[in-house]
Amino acid sequence: MTSKDTAVKPAEPSRRDILYIATGAAAAAAGAAMVWPLIAQMNPDASTLALASTEVDLSAVPVGQIVTVKWRGKPVFVRHRTAAEIKAAEDVPLSALPDPEPDAKRVQKPEWLVVIGVCTHLGCIPTGKEGEYDGWFCPCHGSVYDVSGRIRSGPAPTNLEVPPYAFIAENKIKIG
Amino acid sequence: MEGHSQYTPKSGFARWLERRLPILSFMHDSFVSYPTPKNLNYMWVFGAILSFMLVAQIVTGVVLAMHYTPETTLAFDSVEKIMRDVNWGTVLRYAHANGASMFFLAVYLHIFRGMYYGSYKDPREVLWILGVVIFMLMMATGFLGYVLPWGQMSFWAATVITNLFSAIPVVGTAITTWLLGGYSVDNPTLNRFYALHYLLPFIIVAIVALHVWALHVTGQNNPAGVEVKDVKRDTVPFTPHATMKDAVGIAAFLVVYAWLTFFVPNYLGHPDNYIEANPLVTPPHIVPEWYFLPFYAILRAIPNKLLGVTALFASILITAALPWLDTSKVKSAVYRPLFRKEFWIFVAVCIGLGYLGAQPAEGAYLWFARVLSAYYFLHFLVILPVIGRIEKPEPVPESIDASIVRGETSHV
Repeated sequence: MTSKDTAVKPAEPSRRDILYIATGAAAAAAGAAMVWPLIAQMNPDASTLALASTEVDLSAVPVGQIVTVKWRGKPVFVRHRTAAEIKAAEDVPLSALPDPEPDAKRVQKPEWLVVIGVCTHLGCIPTGKEGEYDGWFCPCHGSVYDVSGRIRSGPAPTNLEVPPYAFIAENKIKIG
Repeated sequence: MEGHSQYTPKSGFARWLERRLPILSFMHDSFVSYPTPKNLNYMWVFGAILSFMLVAQIVTGVVLAMHYTPETTLAFDSVEKIMRDVNWGTVLRYAHANGASMFFLAVYLHIFRGMYYGSYKDPREVLWILGVVIFMLMMATGFLGYVLPWGQMSFWAATVITNLFSAIPVVGTAITTWLLGGYSVDNPTLNRFYALHYLLPFIIVAIVALHVWALHVTGQNNPAGVEVKDVKRDTVPFTPHATMKDAVGIAAFLVVYAWLTFFVPNYLGHPDNYIEANPLVTPPHIVPEWYFLPFYAILRAIPNKLLGVTALFASILITAALPWLDTSKVKSAVYRPLFRKEFWIFVAVCIGLGYLGAQPAEGAYLWFARVLSAYYFLHFLVILPVIGRIEKPEPVPESIDASIVRGETSHV
């Protein structure tokens, strides 16, 4: 740059600088707005979002049995727990749990455990009444859950998730 | 590597075209007169084999796409239709599925060749990194393709791999939902996986073009690991020497490929993938395809979700840093006594991890996987940098020609 140029150039930002920046900013915003639909189309569509609810008749589930129902494309375990299983779940000291949560906070009625049947590690479906605590065992990477669906050992970071549900009758629940 | 083109157009049309688009001289200089080091051994045929496999996979893939339906209720049946009804469908599908295995076999041999002879070192760092990019795209393409038959292994592989991203703090679950297009693997997932499985091979073609470009700028490495000094004494023209040698390599490779395809087409597959996907039942023992097993073993060796996933991705990405982790100035392992031993230990560690990845994640298997995973990272982060400093290399020949005269590397 020659000294003549420096002399001509004003010290303050000129009208032209403002126009450059404003034009560039508008182009960037328009570009982002154009890219957004290309990214957002990959998120769940309206039909997937229409959150279906599932009703389960509990009277058909004898004590000690686990039934699997499908909700939002995922399996939900409904377990009719025995007295011994309830006691085992309640008696565990919280200090023994990687993700401490008392059994009472995970159930609405102690004999009914309702959890989403998706391992919190990498999404496999654990098999029931297996593993060291007779809760669930994930065959993929060896996570062990207890009869409250809480993680006890293995790579899974958190307990099996409890879905939103409500008792709509003495023996009927609505999930979702 | 050479100055002006030696190509002289012979026909009138060639002269006409050459003045408008010099593609004939470009092809001649790249694949006919291109100087190749005269001491290359048979480990240098895998570039040609990989090019052949890329074309083979695209050709078989495009024709399979003419019969396949990417919809959850139809996908599995459309694959069975290919197997039973489509003319030559069985051969085409087995050639494509086993082609993926042969592609990975060739790429692993190609990568280990590069590691043994120090092909990643100055001035070939960019060439090497482009290779790592191609390898990662191959892994993505292989995984996406494995999901398409919509068998049990397809479904649960898709579930496990997309859930890897849920390990990312805060936004992980949102990213997994975005990848799946829902809350679990379902029709939107299959649909987009098909679209991407069709797209990625062409992106691989583009990166391969850059890889070959970078190769032709720096020239090939060679078993002696010394650069070409005298084109006349150190090199031979690509055609006929490398062309013919590559043809022999491809023919030998095709024997194995044909044996797999025609005699044991399901040897590398998993019987569970002939059961249609069932979102409510996970197979009791899920394993990925053999070419992902070492990385799968590293994932499972670590009893923490975020650290396990981080280690899995790190084990692949760390290879891109190899040019800077290996501190030795000598390229070829032929002249590096300590590295030569360490290289074979590393190969054994990788094979061991592959074996453990196929075993259940429990007991002694888990502990061995932990030891070998630790060694895998130590190799890159500690052993290689240290060996480069403490090792006393054997005398390196002053030229490629001299290495042949000394009988150390030969014109195999």
